[in-house]
Amino acid sequence: MKAAAFDYVAAKTVADASAALASDGATTAAIAGGQSLLPMLNLRVALPDLVVDLGGLDQLKEVSVSSDHVRIGALITHASIEDGLFAEAFGGLLQKVATKISYRAVRNHGTIGGSVALADPAADWPGCLIALGATVRISGLKGMRSEPVASFVQGQYQTSLTADEIIVGFDVPRPAAPLRWGVFKVARKSGAFADSIAFAVSQGRGGPVSVVLAAAAPRPHLLPKVTEKLGAKQVSDEGLRAAIAEDVASLVPPDDAYLMRLHASTVLRAVQEMHGR
Amino acid sequence: MRSITLELNGAKGSYEVEPRETLADFLRERCRLTATHLGCEHGACGACTVAVDGKATRSCLRLAVMCDGQKVQTLEGMEDDTTMEVLRRHFHTGHALQCGFCTPGMLMMARDILLRLSTPDDETVRHQLSGQICRCTGYANIVRAIVAAGQEIGDRPAAAP
Repeated sequence: MKAAAFDYVAAKTVADASAALASDGATTAAIAGGQSLLPMLNLRVALPDLVVDLGGLDQLKEVSVSSDHVRIGALITHASIEDGLFAEAFGGLLQKVATKISYRAVRNHGTIGGSVALADPAADWPGCLIALGATVRISGLKGMRSEPVASFVQGQYQTSLTADEIIVGFDVPRPAAPLRWGVFKVARKSGAFADSIAFAVSQGRGGPVSVVLAAAAPRPHLLPKVTEKLGAKQVSDEGLRAAIAEDVASLVPPDDAYLMRLHASTVLRAVQEMHGR
Repeated sequence: MRSITLELNGAKGSYEVEPRETLADFLRERCRLTATHLGCEHGACGACTVAVDGKATRSCLRLAVMCDGQKVQTLEGMEDDTTMEVLRRHFHTGHALQCGFCTPGMLMMARDILLRLSTPDDETVRHQLSGQICRCTGYANIVRAIVAAGQEIGDRPAAAP
């Protein structure tokens, strides 16, 4: 199908973008890479009056690596991360995640900020950034604010962004010890959105662990029982499986044996991969 | 209507576009460059793949107005492209198409794969090509043609993207 008519403005500054997005009486949509918005426009699922293009905002392209954190601009594409940006900082985790997102032609334009702002329950970046304890930096009419990605993503396509706000970027804390990680994704075909995706990260051996499951519930969730179990000195395979089952059961519809097995196995495989590093 | 300037297949030009116009519709309807095919119009089939600033792009997932100041290449602009010449020949001799609807997108994506990965093996090509849908061939000959083209080009310096 073809998109319905809308107006378009290319924002020159972050303040411009906020002012346009907050236009009175208009339904507005911000566009970065457009790889999720364009399908929705073409299918007329999204019907904005005004599309505000963030593509020209240099402030959203900032990239820096310091000793304690990595700053990722919202407009950084999946393809740049696939090609090795930040490959060192998190032991290759970001690169692996980027490579598995959709297809190269989509990764060339799709952005990390766009992915988190859309908050698709099955998206790759929200879960990954939550596992890494990242903070999202946001700009709006009232100025800048920041918030953990874990609370920013509130539900299915729901975030704490107000109409005037845009994501400027993310600060991802660097691990105190070399990151051990695992990520496992099940999708019906390569490049499709995940049916289940789990992330497990640990700061070195015996360091803090965090495990996140996405695509199981309206938003990604940290798994408290699994995290607690992995924090113990000795973890039996049975104990780990029981903790995973308990966490997954709290997220999926009761009595759905398929979903229980699906999500439990992605979490287990992510944890096993992490342990193998 | 909006005024945009872009370099289309090597020629700079100014165009008037509607904001809602995708790059694919702009190319086909306004520029009459109909090698770019539209299958699904929501990013699932890959038939509309072109290059924007040298990067493989689904032209149904990009507004023409967003391409202001950029460089767009379609299959029509590949007459003298050395990588495409080899690919075209292998698609022809290796029977890598039947109805031909997906072929322009396949060729544009194949060129992108060879420029990035030089001599990919069968498995790599299959993975890289998984965003392109063909309903006739079963992919076997397409994959073979791309692998063979990569091997022929080998270590020859790649054309600028």
